[in-house]
Amino acid sequence: MSGITEPRGWTKGALTTTSWLVYFFFYAPILVLIIFSFSDSRNASVWGGFTTVWYSDFAADSELTGALWNSVRIAVVATLISVVLGTMSALALERFRFRGQRVFDALLYLPVIIPDVTMAVMLLLFFAQAAKWFGFPKGFGTIALSHIAFCISFVSIVVRARLGGMDDKLEEAAMDLYASRWQAFRHVTLPLIMPGILGGGLLAMTLSLDDVVITQFVTGGGWSTLPVYVFSLIRKGVTPLINAVSVVMLVASMALVALSLLTQRLRGDDAVRQS
Amino acid sequence: MTTLRVRWTAVIAVFAVILAGCGDSGTESAAGECEVGQTDGALALYNWAEYIDPEQLDAFAAEYGIEATMTEYDSNEAMLPVVSAGNSGYDVVVPSDYMVGIMIDGEFVQPLNFDLIPNAANISDDFANPSYDPEQAYSVPYQWGYTGLAVDTEVVGTDFPRSWDLVFGEAVPADAAGKITLLNDPRETLGAALKALGYSLNTTDQGELDEAQALIEAAKGNLLRFDTDSSDELLTSGESAIAHGYSGDMFTQFLEMDDPSRYVFFVPEEGGTRWIDNMVIPFDAPHPCTAHTFINWMLDGEQGAALSNWNYYGTPNSAAIDMLDDELNAFLTDPSVLPGGLDNVEEIADTGDFEIKYSDAFENAKG
Amino acid sequence: MAAVVERDEIDVEPFVVGEEATPEFEAANIAQERRRGFLIALPAYAYLIVFFAIPLLTVIVYSFATRDRFGGADLTSFNLDSYVDLNDELIRTIIVRSAGLAILTTLICLVVSYPFAYYMATRSETVRNIMLVFVMIPFWTNFLVRNYAWYVILGTDGPLSRVAEFLGFGPTRVLFTQAAVVLGLVYGFLPFMILPLYASIERIDGRLLEASRDLYATGLQSFRHVLWPLSLPGVIAGSILVFIPSLGAYVTPQVLGGTGTTMLGSYIVTQFLTARNLPFGAAMSTVLMVFMLAATIIYFRKGGRTL
Repeated sequence: MSGITEPRGWTKGALTTTSWLVYFFFYAPILVLIIFSFSDSRNASVWGGFTTVWYSDFAADSELTGALWNSVRIAVVATLISVVLGTMSALALERFRFRGQRVFDALLYLPVIIPDVTMAVMLLLFFAQAAKWFGFPKGFGTIALSHIAFCISFVSIVVRARLGGMDDKLEEAAMDLYASRWQAFRHVTLPLIMPGILGGGLLAMTLSLDDVVITQFVTGGGWSTLPVYVFSLIRKGVTPLINAVSVVMLVASMALVALSLLTQRLRGDDAVRQS
Repeated sequence: MTTLRVRWTAVIAVFAVILAGCGDSGTESAAGECEVGQTDGALALYNWAEYIDPEQLDAFAAEYGIEATMTEYDSNEAMLPVVSAGNSGYDVVVPSDYMVGIMIDGEFVQPLNFDLIPNAANISDDFANPSYDPEQAYSVPYQWGYTGLAVDTEVVGTDFPRSWDLVFGEAVPADAAGKITLLNDPRETLGAALKALGYSLNTTDQGELDEAQALIEAAKGNLLRFDTDSSDELLTSGESAIAHGYSGDMFTQFLEMDDPSRYVFFVPEEGGTRWIDNMVIPFDAPHPCTAHTFINWMLDGEQGAALSNWNYYGTPNSAAIDMLDDELNAFLTDPSVLPGGLDNVEEIADTGDFEIKYSDAFENAKG
Repeated sequence: MAAVVERDEIDVEPFVVGEEATPEFEAANIAQERRRGFLIALPAYAYLIVFFAIPLLTVIVYSFATRDRFGGADLTSFNLDSYVDLNDELIRTIIVRSAGLAILTTLICLVVSYPFAYYMATRSETVRNIMLVFVMIPFWTNFLVRNYAWYVILGTDGPLSRVAEFLGFGPTRVLFTQAAVVLGLVYGFLPFMILPLYASIERIDGRLLEASRDLYATGLQSFRHVLWPLSLPGVIAGSILVFIPSLGAYVTPQVLGGTGTTMLGSYIVTQFLTARNLPFGAAMSTVLMVFMLAATIIYFRKGGRTL
């Protein structure tokens, strides 16, 4: 199947310009943010000379760094657990047939469709009731549990796509060669779906680090994650400090993506091309 | 499979480190078992924004060797659902006068053990046994202040009516159109409208409330937004020209600018709100001992003065009055702040079952 | 030569290579597979039941409760009051407004993404991959930060206002308007439109377009009769992926919006805070979710599989 051919004439110029405009639209705000994070002015939208004071303020602000540390911890825990659970559910759905499979399949899709707000409301009420019966404290635990709840589905979708694209005859071949089910999984399936698992993990981590509403609703007792804290700072009064915090968050995300791309390069792509 | 085992051990180790910092699970200790100045864990304070100097909170934490965190809310109505749902994790909350009454009714706060609060003797007589907590069993006063309007004289001029008409349609200056902020607070903003109409801000008459709601809806066209926390900064940054806000917020913000005299704060002639905020302890506070210690510490003369000198609100602490800054005293006694005198100034009171109508009217007005 | 291979499960006897697979053996194997599958699915299944299905039921239950004096839910009396309240004029205004803004966002995303996706599909593989990466990078950055960037840009003293002044328009404040909210939503969800569109266009057989050209169709006619219909699955997928989160958006209207921009997401949240009406908030959440569910089911029925 041949791809679409090169556009001709004036359309080519128009399309190229549009594409560049789109990229400009994407990256200009980020650039503005980066530039203004060095602005020596109390007003975050105004340039007042160069300074790095906001970054040192960030580092010195224990509430901000505390929130950052909380975000990271929660993201790591949520990612690890949801990757394990998500991969297991993907395997179960793609490689097995069992009773209640359709229900499970549907249940897995729900957290993806459901709007943030509804999920936040659900978990708020749930934990409030649970508090009345079990006295479960709100904070790290409730936030992590909530994040896992929506991350599992996303990991599962990514890994399922990977499993679906993989030739399952390879597993059969392994078993014909006297490998046990587990050995076949470990030596054949797992390496082949590893890019999917890593991709799902990256997605889970991004979602966890991004989350505002759900975290805001299920947190308590002084626990805050970075986006929730920044969200409340924006409501209170905006200074270039928030710009600096934002840039740090941006750089962290991009580093994470770069890291995953690198590991994919090193690990999975070769195996993928061979299959 | 040594590599596998190493990897699993690493994962488990990471988990352990992370979960170790999980935060204490707060075993409840009855406040009766405490002694003065004792603590039973960290302090989780739930307070209004810009109401206590973070350094003062750190000083408390350092003195007692515990951690202190603060989370903020921007209205009593935003705070209540969080605390009343239970298990909020907060040890001390700072509700306003009428809200204390509501919380006592709903049993959302616990009675204070005054054996642990010897500094309660510092509470000025004017503030003892208030109407919302007649036996002073559940709360101690924190700060008091006024709600009114702050204007930017460069936009509005110096010759403007000291009235709510500035925001509610009648006398909105042309240059200020679209640059007005109202508080995102049902009782305060509806109260302002009620006062503008000549009614009491504690009315239980649905008709009067409907009129107030209509007045706010009509004013929306001139509004920048409903905002509590950044109302002062929006004014001094030039985004807004007239701000509905709290006295201390405004005073401190003015003083941060190069030309404080450019801004004026006043309580409109028709009347406004005078309020008293209080410290209470939620019914399921995880660290009631620490809570009592904190309350006692805040009632100390020096701490009370430090608090007021930072947030520029009035202090109910008789031991702190002599230590207040001159500038603060000047603001508090300035007659131009109260052009209508004290006669029309009301305190917000709990309207019982009618209270929820205020919330509804406000939400409907905001649209 | 027979070799014995041990199986983990106790029920199945160790089978001997070279022996026939009897029907009983087959059945036992299938049962064993069933159990295995169920056990592997179990942890995730149980987790979702506890932390998703039960909370969901909790919301539905609360939506039928009565509002008590403090704004909480009185679970001792159940009625349909909250659902009746949904018919209120204010709610309808908010719903119409939210839907309108969401539709506008979707349309803008479509118009902007289509030429872009088409262009991407005409590039060589390397260029395509590079273009993709650069589209994905903003997607991976924090959503709140991406909204906040517009807060900085759109203020009265911000860069956009300065540019407007330079061009002679005087200082403009776009912040706290509906335009700002739409801008923020488009910025946030544009990748969700680009990717499905691109995936769909890329699959189109280029020879069809060439053929239409050979038959003397103008560019516009080729687009209308060949390109557009063939790319429709992508269009639908992208539209749903943009419309749904836009409808339930919370962060964007809160950061960039002012008066008159209250959307469903913010309104639901206020029910749990200042508006103090838990049952009503629960009812709105339930209805919103049912609607989204219906939309997604329709989408799947129409043959879309990519999510």
